[in-house]
Amino acid sequence: MSIEIESINKQFGSFTALGDVSLSIPSGELVALLGPSGSGKTTLLRIIAGLESPDSGRILFNGEDTTESHVRERKVGFVFQHYALFKHMTVFDNVVFGLTVRPKETRPSKGEIRDKVTELLRLVQLEGMAKRYPAQLSGGQRQRIALARALAVEPQVLLLDEPFGALDAQVRTELRRWLRRLHDEIHVTSVFVTHDQEEALEVADRIVVMNKGRIEQAGTPDQVYEHPANPFVLNFLGNVNLFHGRIQSAGEGQPEADNSVSYVRSHDVEIDRSQHDSSSLKAEVKHIQKLGPSVRITLSINDSESFVEAELTRDVFQNLDLQQGEQVYVRPRQVRVFAEDYQI
Amino acid sequence: MSAPTRTLTAHANGNHRITEPAPVRWVLTTVALVFLALFLALPLAAVFSQAFEKGFGTYLLALKEPDTLAAVKLTLITAAVAVPLNLVFGVMASWAIAKFSFPGKNLLITLIDLPFSVSPIISGLIYVLIFGRQGWLGPFLEAHDIKILFAVPGILLATIFVTFPFIARELIPLMESQGRDEEEAAMVLGASGLQTFFRITLPNIKWGIIYGVILCNARAMGEFGAVSVVSGHIRGITNTVPLQVEILYNEYNYTAAFAVASLLAFLALITLAVKSVAEWNVRENMEP
Ligand SMILES: Nc1ncnc2c1ncn2[C@@H]1O[C@H](COP(=O)(O)OP(=O)(O)OP(=O)(O)O)[C@@H](O)[C@H]1O
Ligand SMILES: [Mg+2]
Repeated sequence: MSIEIESINKQFGSFTALGDVSLSIPSGELVALLGPSGSGKTTLLRIIAGLESPDSGRILFNGEDTTESHVRERKVGFVFQHYALFKHMTVFDNVVFGLTVRPKETRPSKGEIRDKVTELLRLVQLEGMAKRYPAQLSGGQRQRIALARALAVEPQVLLLDEPFGALDAQVRTELRRWLRRLHDEIHVTSVFVTHDQEEALEVADRIVVMNKGRIEQAGTPDQVYEHPANPFVLNFLGNVNLFHGRIQSAGEGQPEADNSVSYVRSHDVEIDRSQHDSSSLKAEVKHIQKLGPSVRITLSINDSESFVEAELTRDVFQNLDLQQGEQVYVRPRQVRVFAEDYQI
Repeated sequence: MSAPTRTLTAHANGNHRITEPAPVRWVLTTVALVFLALFLALPLAAVFSQAFEKGFGTYLLALKEPDTLAAVKLTLITAAVAVPLNLVFGVMASWAIAKFSFPGKNLLITLIDLPFSVSPIISGLIYVLIFGRQGWLGPFLEAHDIKILFAVPGILLATIFVTFPFIARELIPLMESQGRDEEEAAMVLGASGLQTFFRITLPNIKWGIIYGVILCNARAMGEFGAVSVVSGHIRGITNTVPLQVEILYNEYNYTAAFAVASLLAFLALITLAVKSVAEWNVRENMEP
């Protein structure tokens, strides 16, 4: 089912949580809402679900206006950030809740319900856990039960609020790959909230970058990463260095001085012992920080106040054999220039 | 949730002294225990020893006295009316307060606390002021031959008033700590308001309700001040158990007075037992 979000506004008191947000989500896509804390991701998700009503604007499901319809009638699956499993019910009762609250005429039979639970628990890889209570499950298992419960009612839209937020790094990575595979299997239109750029880049078909209640950019992971619409998006999807004035990247001509700002991602900074061309800047190695597979190097540009961060792979770092305090040349491989007045 | 954390802290501290030196602990514990014995255990023991002073037969006879039986019956009726009414009110009020925001919410919270903050005598006098012969509704009630003051309805009203906060006060923090997540999850899954209430909200506050009910019941059966003002002390008709104890005591009928008092003491012990079980379960149900 496709979702159409038409100029949604939402105020909390005098605070604008969402300002004129419009977005269309094609049927069957897995979309990530990405943005810093407080940017309105949860609010937007809750408005799509009908848990919150917008001050103005419309939400259309398959072209039909749902703005007036109650949460109950929207037939969405919602996975809460803290799971919101029913503590006093077993896993079985949690999963079937959505089926058992149906009126008698549409309620499946006991046997059908049991088959459904077996099938769902197999889908979330938790067979044999039906009799446990939520308190007896690990965080990752609770998350998957919350997902099974949401899927039990066969929703046309699946909404997930920071589904992996409360989990440790390894479980997180595992579960998000699993979510991707699950989505490829069942193809339900899904929107998930995250503030982790890596998660969004890895899992989503499309990324919607939000900031201060507005959408900064929406596009495929490649589009938002390779062609960020503005410095906010660029900054949010990876570490960047910022230079006042226009600087040139490798192979470019002379820089022109104007009031624009140049941005270079830290892994686009090249370090060399010898000067390549006019784009090379002389710098001193200030600090070396090893971060697993990569190494982050902080350099200060000679004759200026500015610092540059470069991210090298361990191989490159070892070949260079850099030492703290050493004089080297830095060269931006790729520069993005935006007008000065943009505020990150 | 908190217990394991505490153990962890203790372990992490290893050899460090995190408690007071032994003598200090001993003194503190002893003072507390002596205090408890003096002011709680001793009176309780006194009640039972006085009650059984002249043997079990006399004890039973004292309880079988018709005025006493009438007092017990009235007390049971009072509790049977006041507790369910305050249960329904308490659940509704705390649900509204904990889960929704609406104008007048703070006023409602203050009003719920009112009976706690005024002396029970004043609570009784309020009803005299309203329903008494010189009160606002006095002439009207007299004209229609309706008796409220110095009759059972007055006792019920006064009891309901003083026991009003018990259940709501217990449920509001519990419901607030649980948040609305589970209810919202139920609604998204298609549950109606009533289904959500009976299948999600109610089971989550079950032990809080039991806790509140048991305290409310203890107070409803034991209330003296407010009931004393509106009762009129008519033997066998408007005396509740606490009032009956006072009358017997004033008549120097100590054995009977203490025999009836022992009923209230039993109630207190049962209340304490149920309360501690409920308290334990409520804490389990609170979100960390
Ligand atoms: N019920 C509410 N009342 C008042 N303000 C609210 C309410 N809900 C959200 N807000 C405010 O709206 C803004 C957006 O909140 P929202 O929960 O949508 O952020 P978010 O992007 O999900 O952030 P996070 O990543 O921290 O979850 C926040 O500044 C928040 O304080
Ligand atoms: Mg959020």
